Amino acid sequence: MSSQDIIARSATTTPMPSVRQVDEVAKLIDVSKCIGCKACQVACSEWNELRDEVGHNHGTYDNPADLTASSWTLMRFTEHETESDSLEWLIRKDGCMHCAEPGCLAACPSPGAIVKYANGIVDFNQDKCIGCGYCITGCPFNIPRISAKDHKAYKCTLCSDRVAVGLEPACVKTCPTGAIVFGTKEAMKQHAEERIVDLRSRGFAQAGLYDPPGVGGTHVMYVLHHADQPSLYAGLPDDPQISPMVSLWKGITKPLGLLGMGLVALLGFFHYVRVGRNVVEEDEHGPDPAVHQVDPAVHPYDPREPRV
Amino acid sequence: MDMNRRQFFKVCAVGLGGSSLAALGVAPPTAFADQVRHFKLARTIETRNTCPYCSVGCGLIMYSQGDAAKNVAQNIIHIEGDADHPVNRGTLCPKGAGLLDFIHSPNRLKHPEVREPGSNEWKRISWDEALDRIARLMKDDRDANFIERNAAGQTVNRWLSTGFLAASASSNEAGYITHKVVRSLGILGFDNQARV
Repeated sequence: MSSQDIIARSATTTPMPSVRQVDEVAKLIDVSKCIGCKACQVACSEWNELRDEVGHNHGTYDNPADLTASSWTLMRFTEHETESDSLEWLIRKDGCMHCAEPGCLAACPSPGAIVKYANGIVDFNQDKCIGCGYCITGCPFNIPRISAKDHKAYKCTLCSDRVAVGLEPACVKTCPTGAIVFGTKEAMKQHAEERIVDLRSRGFAQAGLYDPPGVGGTHVMYVLHHADQPSLYAGLPDDPQISPMVSLWKGITKPLGLLGMGLVALLGFFHYVRVGRNVVEEDEHGPDPAVHQVDPAVHPYDPREPRV
Repeated sequence: MDMNRRQFFKVCAVGLGGSSLAALGVAPPTAFADQVRHFKLARTIETRNTCPYCSVGCGLIMYSQGDAAKNVAQNIIHIEGDADHPVNRGTLCPKGAGLLDFIHSPNRLKHPEVREPGSNEWKRISWDEALDRIARLMKDDRDANFIERNAAGQTVNRWLSTGFLAASASSNEAGYITHKVVRSLGILGFDNQARV
C-alpha cells in the first residue's frame, strides 16, 4: 500500500488515483463469541508501540475507562437484564469502524492528515495533523482522541502497516476465541450470515449484522445478538450519521467563505487601481517645520568640508 | 516610497538571495513520504518458542532486531503467536500477547537468588552455588525423610518432604527428562503447571 492507493484525502479537491480494483477488507467482530479477555487490547498496544498510563478502576471491567490516544481499542462491558429476568453480559470491542464515508475525513481541514485507502482503511497521518479536533466532531462513533503529549489525533489504523504487507491486524490474529475475524468485506458478510443463522437457532431472533448504511457501511462490522437495539452495546449508535454541521460547514460555509475572501481580494485590487491608496495629509501636529532634519544616510557628513 | 541607494541595494540582495535559496531547493514542496508506517518486522530474525505462562503451551514467534551479524546485539522487538503451531494457531491470550514487556521488565529475574532461612533479603548467587546448594539440601532432606517401606512392609521408595516445580513451557523431551529425574528420586509432589 502506498500513496497511490489513497482514494480519499482530507481537505483535498484534486482527484485521487482510483483506477485500480482493490478488494475491500473488513474486520468482523462477533460479539456473541467474545469473552472479554482483552487480548486484542494488549496485542494492539504491543504492535503499535503504545503503553497507556495505568489508570484506576471505575467500577466496571472496562480497562482503561475510555479510549485514549494510547488505547486505540477497548472492550466495553454492559450488563443487560433481559425481559425474562436473566442477565446478559454484552462485551463490545470498541474502536474505529473504518467507515466507507468517513466523517472524520470530511471534517478534517488539514490536507492529507486523514486518508482513505482503496481497501477501505481510514488512516490518520499524524505528521500532517494540526490537532484541531474536528475529526472528533465528525466521527459518529466518538473514536479519535487527541494526545496530551503531542496534540495530535490518534485512533485504530486497522494495522494498515500489517495489512499493507498482507497480514491481518494484530487484534484479529491474537483473538483466542475467534470472535474477531478478518478478510474481504464480502467474505466477512458471508461469515456473518452463517453466524446469524446459528444465533437465531439458539434463540436470538433479532441477531444480525451491524454495517450501518448511514456512513456508507463500515470496514469493521459487528455480529450482534440484539441487532434491533445496537445502543444496548455500550451506546453503539442505532443509526450513525455524520453530523449535519460537518456538511454545512465543509459543503456550504467553506466554499462561500473562500469565495468571499477571493472577492475581497479582487475588490481591493480594483479599488487600488481605480481609487488608489488613502494618503493621509500631514497635519500641523507633525514634526516642527522650523527644525531642519538631516538624514545622515542621504547626506553624508564630511568633517573636512568647510562649514556653511 | 522613499528609498535611498543603499536601501535599494539591500532589498535587491535579500530578494536575490531568497529566491536563489528557494530555487536551490531549501524550501521544497512537501515530500511524498510513505503514508503507511513501515512494516517493522521486514528483516528481523524469527525465533520460535513456547509461551512460559500456562500449560496450554502456545507457540510463539519472537522477532529480534538485526540480521544476526557478528557485531549486532539481538534485541526482541515483537512477539506474536505462531500461526503454524497446532496448539494456538497464531492466537494468544492477553498475557501471552504482552510477553514483550515481560521480557524487558526491569523486575525480571535474570540470575539465581537465594533467601536464606531467617533472612528477609534475596542474595544473588552464582549458578554453581545455586546448584550445589540445591543438591546439598535435597540430599540432606532425602537422607532424613526417605520412606523405603510402608507400614505393611511393602517397598514404596517415597520422598514426600520435597516437591518439584518445573516450567510449563518445557518441550516434550525436557518434560520427559524432568519426570525421569524427579520420579527416580522418589519425589511425588511434582508439577509442570508453574504459572510463573
